[in-house]
Amino acid sequence: MARHERDIAVVAFAQSDHRRRTDDLSELDMLLPVLDEVRERTGLRARDIGFTCSGSSDYLAGRPFSFTMTLDGVGAWPPISESHVETDGAWALYEAWVKLRTGQADTALVYAYGKSSPGSLRDVLTRQLDPYYLAPLWPDSIALAALQAQALVDAGDTDEEALAAIAARSRAAAEANPHAQLSGTVPHGGHQVRPLRTGDCPPVGDGAAAVVLAAGDTARRLCGRPAWITGIDHRIEAHSLGVRDLTDSPSTRLAAQRAGLFTAPVDTAELHAPFTSQEVVLRKALRLGRSTAVNPSGGALAANPVMAAGLIRIGEAAARIHRGDSDRAVAHATSGPCLQQNLVAVLEGDRA
Amino acid sequence: MSKEPVAVIGIGQTKHAAARQDVSLAGLVREAASRALADAELAWQDVDAVVIGKAPDFFEGVMMPELYLADALGAVGKPMLRVHTAGSVGGSTALVAADLVAARVHRTVLALAFEKQSESNAMWGLSLPVPFQQPLLAGAGGFFAPHVRAYMRRTGAPAAVGSLVAYKDRRNALKNPYAHLHEHGITLEQVQASPMLWDPVRYSETCPSSDGACAMVLTDRAGATRAPRPPAWVHGGAMRSEPTLFAGKDFVSPQAGKDCAADVYRQAGITDPRREIDAAELYVPFSWYEPMWLENLGFAAEGEGWKLTEAGATELDGDLPVNPSGGVLSSNPIGASGMIRFAEAALQVRGQAGAHQVPGARRALGHAYGGGAQFFAMWLVGSGLPGS
Repeated sequence: MARHERDIAVVAFAQSDHRRRTDDLSELDMLLPVLDEVRERTGLRARDIGFTCSGSSDYLAGRPFSFTMTLDGVGAWPPISESHVETDGAWALYEAWVKLRTGQADTALVYAYGKSSPGSLRDVLTRQLDPYYLAPLWPDSIALAALQAQALVDAGDTDEEALAAIAARSRAAAEANPHAQLSGTVPHGGHQVRPLRTGDCPPVGDGAAAVVLAAGDTARRLCGRPAWITGIDHRIEAHSLGVRDLTDSPSTRLAAQRAGLFTAPVDTAELHAPFTSQEVVLRKALRLGRSTAVNPSGGALAANPVMAAGLIRIGEAAARIHRGDSDRAVAHATSGPCLQQNLVAVLEGDRA
Repeated sequence: MSKEPVAVIGIGQTKHAAARQDVSLAGLVREAASRALADAELAWQDVDAVVIGKAPDFFEGVMMPELYLADALGAVGKPMLRVHTAGSVGGSTALVAADLVAARVHRTVLALAFEKQSESNAMWGLSLPVPFQQPLLAGAGGFFAPHVRAYMRRTGAPAAVGSLVAYKDRRNALKNPYAHLHEHGITLEQVQASPMLWDPVRYSETCPSSDGACAMVLTDRAGATRAPRPPAWVHGGAMRSEPTLFAGKDFVSPQAGKDCAADVYRQAGITDPRREIDAAELYVPFSWYEPMWLENLGFAAEGEGWKLTEAGATELDGDLPVNPSGGVLSSNPIGASGMIRFAEAALQVRGQAGAHQVPGARRALGHAYGGGAQFFAMWLVGSGLPGS
């Protein structure tokens, strides 16, 4: 397939083994093996990389400027061209993609990490809500997702049985994913917040991921079968849940349209749906049919390291293309309560 | 494929103050964004994407506040990207926005940076004790004062140089209606008699803690053609980072700052910054950082920066005006401070800086730094199209 000179591809992906707790590891300890893995795979040293961008959150780390801790691991000496986003690493990948599109760099290292174990994630995430009207009520992430799930049930889009099937399918798929935190047969459990049961919710845990992007011929040199990003876009919705239709995701649909998803079918979808009910919303918005394998990695229901889980979706989709298991895949990342902000990337492999 | 030239066609700032209790976070950012749009004579729907930056979320106690601010910034249905690169973030945010236009991903982008420090206590926010990690030692002043002392010892600069910078910047601020500090009738003697905070940095040589926001509308060539007022063109922009602490780190003149400036000058075709740059907005949170950055950025030879300050070259009517706006020493909404530098540089080359305009400024440098003097972001803007 003819490719453009500034076409950008994912040429390497690595992730940590996701764990409920990593008390024995600092963020840097957790990240470093992942960085080493993508560098080894591409043969790139720190000084060969044109741009570096990361995603993480001070609220998870419990300290300001927490991303400076991991900069040491990157080996920023001599000084490097580098940036950081305070959100999921999928948006760091987006910033790096833009940088490569300008022609200022030919390669980029993108990484993300999050340790949820030191705090109570349910409580921590309430701090990202409207500070005047919503945050003082401390509605937690599961309660908000349950509101969305109930809206879907009420609309006839799903029921508890269908949600349980999504959970079972995801964790069965995760048996083939050595990095998964939760896999195999997992009891669905009682209600956390009705209608969501324990099995409908993502595991809480710690993890890290890294991706290397490269442009044009450099991508071909670094990877046998680069996963070309043929389109990437992200959109945000209103923050207040009261003004949104929680059964739909217009931002996902618009991002998908802008990324060119609907011009041809995809064989793979890696969706960042931490709750089973959110997969229902995303399948609808992305118009995914039976011919698409959804979350063959197990998705966020198998491992949801906050701030890295979205980047991992892009990495997993790309890795399938690298291995020849996919020709055209869609990857999705989300941020904010009830899928407020969504990123969609379409990845393709060259066909022989 | 060459990059699309990027123009700044709209600039807006809030009135910076110790506590903007009249506005919410949303009200603060909207004040700056509305002014930037009004300057460009554009409406919210003309903006394709929003890039937002701020320093640590602990400063307001809101995690990822951009989620909540999407509505206030007209971003619903659009891409919104949050940048956080410590104190340099205001500059980085502008550069990310510029890249979106340069890469032809979007045509018109709103860049905004803010901090509402009155919501919290920055000193506390910077000093959270974390086990097994280097503490920041009672906020930024305690961290940077030893580096100032090292500079003084290394260069033999007279002790009064710092007070000259503060006296100049605070007087410049009187000509800037948006500046936080307006110290009418300030004298050099008052600066020199102010209490010592972190030896050798005195109270009057230290930045204030401010609430404020700054916004810019960036656009492509076609957008610039339609703009009602002269644009500022981006001639070069770069970011550089290095680790916080390591054996051999030069805190007085970090390598990342030198490399970042060299990259920007190369892009802009600058070979003699002192002669070719007409005004500079440098991130000077403590007075002594003016002479230190003058050397780091190549405006003066090593050890000679303080002589420019002492000779008055950096005064508003000097041959290299530095911080005509009053600088960080007069307004410091931390996350916005870098973008204010970038925006003030753009105002200068647009001829829109009002009472603090440097007559005939054609090229100006905007500079920001952050972390332990390890994150740098800079851009050089000009009144003409790049390469013309």
